[in-house]
Amino acid sequence: MKNSLRKLRPVAALLLAFLLPVLHAAAQPANQPEMADTLRQSGKIYVVVAVITVVLAGLLFFLISLDRRLTRLEKEIQE
Amino acid sequence: MYSMKKNWWKALSVVLLLYVAVAGLLMPVPRLAILNETIRNLYFHVPMWFGMTFVLLASVYYSVRYLRNPTPELDIQAHESARTGILMGFVGLATGSIWAKYTWGAWWTNDPKLNGAAIAMLIYGAYLVLRSSFTDEQQRARISAIYNIFAFATAMPLFYILPRLTDSLHPGAGGNPAFAKYDLDSNMRLVFYPAVIGWTLLAFWLAQLASRVSLLKLKLYEKQLA
Repeated sequence: MKNSLRKLRPVAALLLAFLLPVLHAAAQPANQPEMADTLRQSGKIYVVVAVITVVLAGLLFFLISLDRRLTRLEKEIQE
Repeated sequence: MYSMKKNWWKALSVVLLLYVAVAGLLMPVPRLAILNETIRNLYFHVPMWFGMTFVLLASVYYSVRYLRNPTPELDIQAHESARTGILMGFVGLATGSIWAKYTWGAWWTNDPKLNGAAIAMLIYGAYLVLRSSFTDEQQRARISAIYNIFAFATAMPLFYILPRLTDSLHPGAGGNPAFAKYDLDSNMRLVFYPAVIGWTLLAFWLAQLASRVSLLKLKLYEKQLA
């Protein structure tokens, strides 16, 4: 009895090996809302993030320097 | 010198906006049909309206102060805050329109939330027209301060109350539970709240810069007269 159970173990493992990917696929049905998963997997999303960050940082830096120039002008007018 | 004591909120705005640009694109969001990745617009479209509301509220505050104590400085601050608010509002309308096209299928729908926002923007457009129709500065300042208070009192129900009383496609109107459902997604909250604070601070920054330029112009004009 014990022996036959032990013999069945590889069979069960093989069954599981076949079943698990199917279960995994079933857990994520194909009709799930589509997202930009490929863009994220390939890492190209970081290119977009980098470009947007550089543009935003440039604009904000410009705003800061504008603020400083105004502060200087305000002091000049006060004198 | 440029003091951090006075300008710390501008630095905060810079940090938050840079964070929102990165986290807004990278942080996980719920997988929802129709919205898909466009749900990330929440971090950019909605803060426009928050920024607009707060900067218009500041404008009303300056207008009330002007009526109690009429100085050209307060008039300038009320005017430039209102202008910044109007800019934010139009950006809000434009971004909403783009978002609507790709989720509802039309650039504009006759939705109470959309039409309410459009009417409110027209009311504020009339504020700018009204201002430009006076030659006397004190008259302009006084009458537009009064109009500004009424404009705010009329616009806010159009934005936030009337659309909730009827059916609407727009989240946060009619039977729609706003984005409360998705806000409860703690990942989105981590980006949405900083976005609201960051963009609102930016609105105040822009209004302050515009006011300072107008004030400089006024002082220069006074010096030339003297």
